[in-house]
Amino acid sequence: MVDAAHDQVDFVPPAEVEEMELYHPKSFLTKYVFSQDAKVIAIQYSFTAIAIGLVALVLSWMMRLQLGFPETFSFIEAEDYYQFITMHGMIMVIYLLTALFLGGFGNYLIPLMVGARDMVFPYVNMLSYWIYLAAVLILLASFFVPGGPTGAGWTLYPPQAILPGTPGAEGGIILMLVSLAFFIVGFTMGGLNYVVTVLQARTRGMTLMRMPLTIWGIFMATVLALLAFPALFVGAVMMTLDSLLGTSFFMPAIVHMGEQLSYGGGSPVLFQHLFWFFGHPEVYIVALPAFGIVSDLISVHARRHIFGYRLMVWAIVIIGGLSFIVWAHHMYVSGMNPWFGFFFATTTLIIAIPTAIKVYNWVLTLWRGNIQLTIPMLFALAFIVTFVNGGITGLFLGNVVVDVPLSDTMFVVAHFHMVMGVAPIMVVFGAIYHWYPKMTGRMMNVAMGQIHFWITFLGAYAIFLPLHYLGFLGVPRRYYEMTDTTFIPASAQDLNAFVTVIALVVGAAQLLFLFNIGWSLVNGKKSGPNPWRATTLEWQTAQTPPGHGNFGKELPVVHRWAYAFGLPDATEDYVPQNLPPDQLNSDYDNSKLSPDTPQAAE
Amino acid sequence: MTDSTLPETGQSIARPDGMQGFVTDWASDQRAFKNVPWGKAMMWIFLLSDTFIFSCFLLSYMTVRMSTTVPWPIPSEVFALSFGGEPIPLILIAIMTFILISSSGTMAMAVMYGYKRDRRTTAILMIVTALFGASFVGMQAFEWTKLIVDEGVRPWGNPMGAAQFGSTFFMITGFHGFHVSIGVLFLFLIARKVWRGEYDNETPGFFTSRKGNYESVEIMGLYWHFVDLVWVFIFAVFYLW
Repeated sequence: MVDAAHDQVDFVPPAEVEEMELYHPKSFLTKYVFSQDAKVIAIQYSFTAIAIGLVALVLSWMMRLQLGFPETFSFIEAEDYYQFITMHGMIMVIYLLTALFLGGFGNYLIPLMVGARDMVFPYVNMLSYWIYLAAVLILLASFFVPGGPTGAGWTLYPPQAILPGTPGAEGGIILMLVSLAFFIVGFTMGGLNYVVTVLQARTRGMTLMRMPLTIWGIFMATVLALLAFPALFVGAVMMTLDSLLGTSFFMPAIVHMGEQLSYGGGSPVLFQHLFWFFGHPEVYIVALPAFGIVSDLISVHARRHIFGYRLMVWAIVIIGGLSFIVWAHHMYVSGMNPWFGFFFATTTLIIAIPTAIKVYNWVLTLWRGNIQLTIPMLFALAFIVTFVNGGITGLFLGNVVVDVPLSDTMFVVAHFHMVMGVAPIMVVFGAIYHWYPKMTGRMMNVAMGQIHFWITFLGAYAIFLPLHYLGFLGVPRRYYEMTDTTFIPASAQDLNAFVTVIALVVGAAQLLFLFNIGWSLVNGKKSGPNPWRATTLEWQTAQTPPGHGNFGKELPVVHRWAYAFGLPDATEDYVPQNLPPDQLNSDYDNSKLSPDTPQAAE
Repeated sequence: MTDSTLPETGQSIARPDGMQGFVTDWASDQRAFKNVPWGKAMMWIFLLSDTFIFSCFLLSYMTVRMSTTVPWPIPSEVFALSFGGEPIPLILIAIMTFILISSSGTMAMAVMYGYKRDRRTTAILMIVTALFGASFVGMQAFEWTKLIVDEGVRPWGNPMGAAQFGSTFFMITGFHGFHVSIGVLFLFLIARKVWRGEYDNETPGFFTSRKGNYESVEIMGLYWHFVDLVWVFIFAVFYLW
C-alpha cells in the first residue's frame, strides 16, 4: 500500500538520479558574468529586477506629486502622467515582482532547498537571464524614442493603446509589446528549468510532501506562468501586427478625429480576455511564492511547525488551479454577457476558501509559538495583516453588483496595491533579510532594518487606507487632475496631499534598505552557516555562501519534513532535514517528526 | 543508507500498477516521473506551454471570424489549384498535410534506430524528415506567394472578403511554419551529431559542454510530432471550416 510510504524516515531509497555534470568556469567572465551557476544567475536577476523597480518607484513619486499637488509641477503634463502610470504598473508587476520571485528567489532557493547541484539545464538558465535583461533594456529604450513610452495603462487595452492621441502610440507601445515577448521567451527558459528541477532532480529522501512550502509556492507559480504567459504573448503579437501592419484583430470600425480609420471587424474584448487570462494568474504568480516564503519565515521565526502542512500544499495547488477560471471578474464592465459575471463571481469567491485556510494556518502556526520578533518575522506578520486587508476588499470587487459602482475608482487601486503590491513586497523584504546571511555570510543591520520596517509598514497603511475612502467617494483612478466636481468634497484634495507626503517618506525608507544591503556586506556581523537555526537544506551547506555545486562531495539525504521545530528538553529546538536518525536525541521518536504527527513535538 | 551506487537508469523500478503506481511515483523522492530523463520532461512541459499559445491563436481566429461583419471567403475555393482546367479544392493543402504526416513516420523510425545505436540509418531518416519539413515550408511559401501576388491578399485587406481572413491566415500559418523551420534546423543539427558519432563518443556540446546522448533524437521527435499535431488542428479549423 502507498500509505505513509514517504514518511518511513529510516529507509532512504537508493539514488535514481545521476550525479549532475557541472560546467566548471575557468575565467572571471564565465564565473561571474556569463555564469551557469543558479546562485549567480539569481543574484543577477535580483539586481536587475530591483534596479528597474527603482525606476518604477521614482515614477510612482512623480504620480503622487501630481495627484497631491496638482498644477504645481510644470514638468508633469497629462501625457507624462499616463506614461508614468503605465510604466509603473507594468514594471512593478512583471519586471520586478515576477522576475524577483521566480528568477531571483526561484533560482537561488530551488536547487538548494530540494538538494540539487544546480538547475537541470544551467546553460538554458543562463540564457533566461540574458533574455530577461534584453527585455528590460528594450523597455527602458522606450523612454528615449520619439513620443516616449506607452501611456495606455498597464492593461494596454486596444483600440486606444495604438491610436494617435494616446502617448507612446508612435513607438512606445511597440517597444512595450516586444519587450513583453522577450520577457516571456526568457521566462519560459527559466521556468521550464524550475519545474523540471523540482519534479525530477530532488535529492534522496526529498519527497514532494517534504518540500519546504517556499518551493511549493515557487513551483506552482512557475506552472501558472508557463500556462498563462502564452495568452499575453499571443495578445502582444496580435497587437503589434495591428499597430505595425494595420491588421484588425482587436480593432473595430472607428471614427477617429472625424476620420474613418481603415480598421474594421476586430474584437477589442478579445484582447481583454487574452490579457486577463494571463492577468489573473499573474496575481497568483506573484502571490503564491509569497505564500510559500511567508509560511517558512513564520515557522522558523516562531520556532513552531507550520500548522496543517498538507492543507497548505493543497491550498496552493487549488488556488493555482482556480486562478485560471476567474479572469473575467476584471471585465464586469466590459459589456460581456451578464451570465458570465455570475459564473466568474462564483469562482472568484470560491478562491476565498483555500486562501482563508492559508491565513488561519499562518495564525495557528503563531499560536503558542515561541515568536522571535526578528526583522524577517516582522515583515511576515505585516504580510498577514496587509494580505487579509487586501483580500477582504477583494470580496467587494468580486461581486458584480458591488464592483460596478467601484470599478475604475481609487478603491480598486487601493485593493490591488494592498493585495499584490504591499503584501508580496513585505515578503520580498522579509525574504531578503532572512536569506541575506546565506548569500553573503553576514547579517543585515537590525537597527536600519527596524526603521525600514516600521516606516514601510505604517506608511503602506497611511498611503492605501485613505485611497479606499477616496474610492468610496467616487474619485476615479487614472485621472491626471480632478477639477471641480459636484460629488467630491474639496477636502479629498487634502487627503491626496497627505498620501503624497507619506509616499515620499516610504520611498526614502527603501533607499535606507538598499544602503543596508551594501553596508552590511562589509560591516555586517558574521552570520555563520545557520543563524536562524532553520531546518531546510540550504542552511546545512558546508560553505556559506554555498560553493558551485551547492553541497560538498555528497548530496544531503533527507530524513524528515522541514518543520521539526519547537522540540522540548533539547540543546537545540530543531532538527535539520538531513540529520540522520541515529544522531538524533534519543528522546525523540524520529518516525513522528512528520507532517502527520507534528504534535509529537509539543 | 550511505550506499550511493546508481542502479541502471533505463531500468524500470518495481512499483504497483495503475493509479496506485502513479500515486507511489508522486509520493516518492527524487523523481515524480520515473525513468524520464530531464530533457524529455522539459520538452513535454514546453509543449504543454506551446499548446496554450496555439490554442490562444486558434481561439482568437474563431473570435475575429465571428466579430467581423464582412463575409468570410470560402476556403475550398481560395485554396484550390487548377491542373489543366478544372480547379481541385484544397489539393495543395492535402499534399502538404500528407508530407508532414509522413515526416512524422520517418521521425518515429529515426527514434527507434537511434535507440538501436544504428547511427547511419538514424541520421538518414532524420535528414529525410528534415527534407519533408523543408518541402512543407517550401509549399507554404508557394501558397503565400499565390495569395499575395495573384489574389492580392494582404494582412490588412482582402479582395475576397473579410480582412481578418488574410491576417489570421498569415499569422497562424506563419507561426506554425516558423515552428517547422526551427524543427528542420534542429533536425539537421542533431542528424549531424548522430552521423559524427558524438552521442556514442559522449563529445561535450559546443555551448553547454555537456555530454549528449540518443535521448536528443527522441526529444526532437516529441517536438516534431507536436508540430504535426498542431497542423492537423490548423488544417481542420482553417481549411475545412
